[in-house]
Amino acid sequence: MSALVEVNNLSKAFGGVHAVEDVSFSVEAGQVYSVIGPNGAGKTTLFNLITGLYTPTSGEVKLNGESIAKLQPNQLAERGMCRTFQQMQICMNMTAIENVMLGRHLTLKSNLLTTLFRLPALTRDEKAAREKSAELMEFVGCGEYLDTEASAMSYGALKRLEIARALAAEPKVVLLDEPAAGLNAVETAALEELIRKIAEQGITVMLVEHDMKLVMGISDRLLVLNYGRVLAEGTPEQIRTNPDVIAAYLGG
Amino acid sequence: MIARLSQFRLKGLVFLAIVVFALPLFISNPFHYGLATQIALIAGAVVGLNLLVGFAGQISLGHAGFFGLGAYFSAIMTSNYGWSAIPALFVGAVGVAIIAWVVGRPILRLKGHYLSMATLAVGFIIAIILNNERELTGGPDGMPVPSFDVFGWELSVFGQYSLFGMEISGDLAWYLFAGMVLLVAVWLAQNLIDSPIGRALRSVHGSEVAASVVGVNTAKYKSLVFVISAVYASVMGALYGHFHGFITPSVASFDFSILLITMVVLGGMGSTIGVIIGAVVLELLPQLLADFQEMEMVLFGLILMLTMIFMPKGLLPTAANLLAKRRSKSAGGDA
Ligand SMILES: Nc1ncnc2c1ncn2[C@@H]1O[C@H](COP(=O)(O)OP(=O)(O)OP(=O)(O)O)[C@@H](O)[C@H]1O
Ligand SMILES: [Mg+2]
Repeated sequence: MSALVEVNNLSKAFGGVHAVEDVSFSVEAGQVYSVIGPNGAGKTTLFNLITGLYTPTSGEVKLNGESIAKLQPNQLAERGMCRTFQQMQICMNMTAIENVMLGRHLTLKSNLLTTLFRLPALTRDEKAAREKSAELMEFVGCGEYLDTEASAMSYGALKRLEIARALAAEPKVVLLDEPAAGLNAVETAALEELIRKIAEQGITVMLVEHDMKLVMGISDRLLVLNYGRVLAEGTPEQIRTNPDVIAAYLGG
Repeated sequence: MIARLSQFRLKGLVFLAIVVFALPLFISNPFHYGLATQIALIAGAVVGLNLLVGFAGQISLGHAGFFGLGAYFSAIMTSNYGWSAIPALFVGAVGVAIIAWVVGRPILRLKGHYLSMATLAVGFIIAIILNNERELTGGPDGMPVPSFDVFGWELSVFGQYSLFGMEISGDLAWYLFAGMVLLVAVWLAQNLIDSPIGRALRSVHGSEVAASVVGVNTAKYKSLVFVISAVYASVMGALYGHFHGFITPSVASFDFSILLITMVVLGGMGSTIGVIIGAVVLELLPQLLADFQEMEMVLFGLILMLTMIFMPKGLLPTAANLLAKRRSKSAGGDA
């Protein structure tokens, strides 16, 4: 069977910096697949390449067997790929629930006529979108913020809000870039539970995380990057016992 | 009751309607009606520009160009070709929509200063064309515009009309018409904002990356809002021409573009009622400071700068914030 996400000999250089170099791996549908590595290893760059925000220097990414080379990020969203960001991307000019409802964009088929005259079809769809978004906010654990201005929310709540927005798009695969960064132990435990629940719904999860306990606990497979290159790839057990990984992580 | 009203989606529109219809109780002279009519028509264009600037976060320093195109198209078709004003206004709006779409696609890829320069250039080019096409437009001397008519029924400031059995002057009739046009313009804008399309527009402002990864085609929405705001300008420009009965290329000038954007910034980007207040203030100011006519541009420039430095959110949102703060303070004091 073919992989949901397939990365072949992918490279990205910024001037002289080889942020990602000759990386290949594939993610099967339904997996929790994590990318780990030290700071500057190229994890975020890899996610930016997979989601079409960066154009690779060489190599290719395939989503469901289709090359994404000519696709814009919004076209990848149409094909079921969604993500969150290490540097959170929240619309601070909107309320919390409006940010999540933005995630429903592709499911809302509105035209200018129904919009300008606010025909019943529009209010009906908006009501449904709002209900669904409120449900998702409850699901990720920020249900108390519905109509709060995003700019007035705490960092931890915004991180969860961003996940809710990604889920609102009903993705096949969701990429989370350091969702646990800046969270305390309790919040991290809740996040682990949340990722598990997302995976249980059949959504493929790709994860970049520094928290080893979290990553080892929930991942089906891991990719270890170091200076942009693949250091190791395998199950948590294989990674834990890999001598290269141990060397790199324990002061190699 | 008041709490219920403050939750109401269209509370701004209700407030505006009250002001529009109450105003005739306080003024009666034709000059004041004329001024109020002019303000309402310009405010309509500013409401459209605010969709682009305040909500979608894109700039246009050439919007008077679209206002001018609307004004001249309607003027030329009604005076030279005998068209009725309504079809002239609509066909002009469609034409402006097409022009805005064609120029908007490429220039809206630009950001910041580059977008400013590109839109500035669009405005300049339109103004130059209106100045040079003497045969059609009368050049810098301008051209007369027939009065507005709705399929034979004429609306003129010199006319006399009866409304619900009341005799009203043409000035008042024009004012009421312009006021209602403004209300419709605000209603449509508010409906647009409170919709998936409006969310997509605001997300382009809030985070273009976030918008794109959830499937918003940001380029498409930027073009769309550019076209909508240009259509607003075009329609208001057409009405403005018919109201004044005479237009010159100054309706498409750089000065007027800057005035429009200053109204948006001063009133409060992203606040529909705010930008109308911006239009009222900046239209009334020159009346009060008649001696400063030559300094008008300097004054507007200064207002633009000072607002951006000291009141970046604009008049209305800043005032609302202050009020909310004082209220929560006094509430805190009570507890
Ligand atoms: N837009 C860019 N322009 C230039 N250099 C970049 C850019 N993005 C990343 N880099 C460089 O590429 C390398 C990899 O960066 P990247 O952000 O992908 O690392 P990371 O693994 O996500 O690190 P962290 O764990 O700190 O988030 C770094 O050396 C970084 O400085
Ligand atoms: Mg990173």
